[in-house]
Amino acid sequence: MLDATLPRKASPPVQLRDAARPRRRAVAMEDLATGLRRWRLPAALARLDIRNRYRGSVLGPFWLTLSTAVMVVGLGFLYSSLFKLTLADYLPFIAVSLIVWTLISQTVTDACTSLTSAEGIIRQLPLPFTVHALRCVFRNALITAHSLPLVFLVFLATGTLPGPEVVLLIPGLALIAVNAFFVALFLGMLCARFRDIAPIVSSVMQLAFFMSPVIWKPELLGERAVWLPLNPFYALMETVRGPLVEGGVPGIVWLAAVLYTLLIGTAALAFFVRFRGRIAFWV
Amino acid sequence: MPHILAEALTIEFPLYHMGARSLKKRILAKSPIRLRQDDSNRVVVSALRDLSFRIDRGERVALVGRNGAGKTTLLRTLAGVYEPVKGRLEIEGQIGSLIDPSAGMDMESTGRENIVLRGLFRGLSEAESEAMADSVGVFSGLGEFLDVPVRTYSAGMQVRLSFAMATMMEPEVLLMDEWFLAGDADFMAKARERLARLVTGADILVLATHDMAVVREWCTRAIRLESGRIVADGPVEEVLEAA
Repeated sequence: MLDATLPRKASPPVQLRDAARPRRRAVAMEDLATGLRRWRLPAALARLDIRNRYRGSVLGPFWLTLSTAVMVVGLGFLYSSLFKLTLADYLPFIAVSLIVWTLISQTVTDACTSLTSAEGIIRQLPLPFTVHALRCVFRNALITAHSLPLVFLVFLATGTLPGPEVVLLIPGLALIAVNAFFVALFLGMLCARFRDIAPIVSSVMQLAFFMSPVIWKPELLGERAVWLPLNPFYALMETVRGPLVEGGVPGIVWLAAVLYTLLIGTAALAFFVRFRGRIAFWV
Repeated sequence: MPHILAEALTIEFPLYHMGARSLKKRILAKSPIRLRQDDSNRVVVSALRDLSFRIDRGERVALVGRNGAGKTTLLRTLAGVYEPVKGRLEIEGQIGSLIDPSAGMDMESTGRENIVLRGLFRGLSEAESEAMADSVGVFSGLGEFLDVPVRTYSAGMQVRLSFAMATMMEPEVLLMDEWFLAGDADFMAKARERLARLVTGADILVLATHDMAVVREWCTRAIRLESGRIVADGPVEEVLEAA
């Protein structure tokens, strides 16, 4: 019997939607819980996104690795001589910097379309919106994973190896993942409602690239470097870059990064609780 | 006990991206019936207005009415896609919807991959989805095409795959749009049988259609919608004759 493989599921038997008593918080929390529990769906969708983007190309997603490699080598030679640093000193820094920055900036830009790109699904299938935000996170994580071999290559070539503080990489990446999720939810909603946000975001990210210590080392700021934790991009980037190439991260940076995460998390959740029911009308 | 209860159910689509104010005024002046301004001065389309009905276990309800009357919007609202702007909607029972067969289909993936993906969309585990793939493959009659990208399928093959995927369920409340009438004659005979089993297995059927023969064959009750309102609700013959 075919249907024997598909037992009736014990999903909530009564669904109640009352415009007078919307129970917004409960509905939003249920959305998050269901979406996270069903992480396999966004993971599968993210894999498809990558595969479809590079369908028929010989190198496929490794084009990303290649273009990052070219950037790293090019910028490495140029800026190490501009900043009067040795290549062995600068190359690991710029490699990690560029990869982490690309992760952050791509995620933020991609977050703007996390919901609008899923319009077809949102209007047809009642799925948790969390699924679409997670899809965006997984997609960018996968893209970045393709550049990771570069870091090892650069470490091998320059003979620098991170110390035991490298374990702090894990909480650093976790922080970025949590941020990515909230940003995907928040910007996804905001950009679905206000279509002018996406271009604003992309120009802000471009400015942020030059204003944040991606190419230049934070030390170059001299005394003014103490103000750097005010830049949320710096704080988040540093939690990953620090353990890899700078022998650890000052406590204040961790504090700032956690604080920014809490901020964006609160904003995203508040917005999600309030406007979740409107998303289907916005996309 | 499975049932659907709607009280003063209202759905309004805001028109957000509507440029100039003068254009807004002109549109409002032209169609005062379904477009209006809401409290925060936005133009909204009233898709469903003040619907109240109760559907109990065992009822087979047809939604009839002209294009744009709100049939599909009502189906989607019942499926949980749209939140009511006003009113209340209570549904007891597990919902299965056959509204858009191709929603969530990935054209670059093979038929088999799509079946697994569909299983994930429905919240099944990967193993359950894999198990589904074989039976869907047999039913759709796609044979070796099951392992070829869906992009290369003919329209009929796509319908067969969608139909086979969509009907692999046993919902208590079945929501259905009329797309299932497409497909070649040979497959339709098979499809009818499967649909009949699905419909008789479900406790409640809500079907949006233009085909009165389908309504007479399958439904016990009809609701006629006209520009977002219920204008008739009752036994099939009564509602169909009144029009």
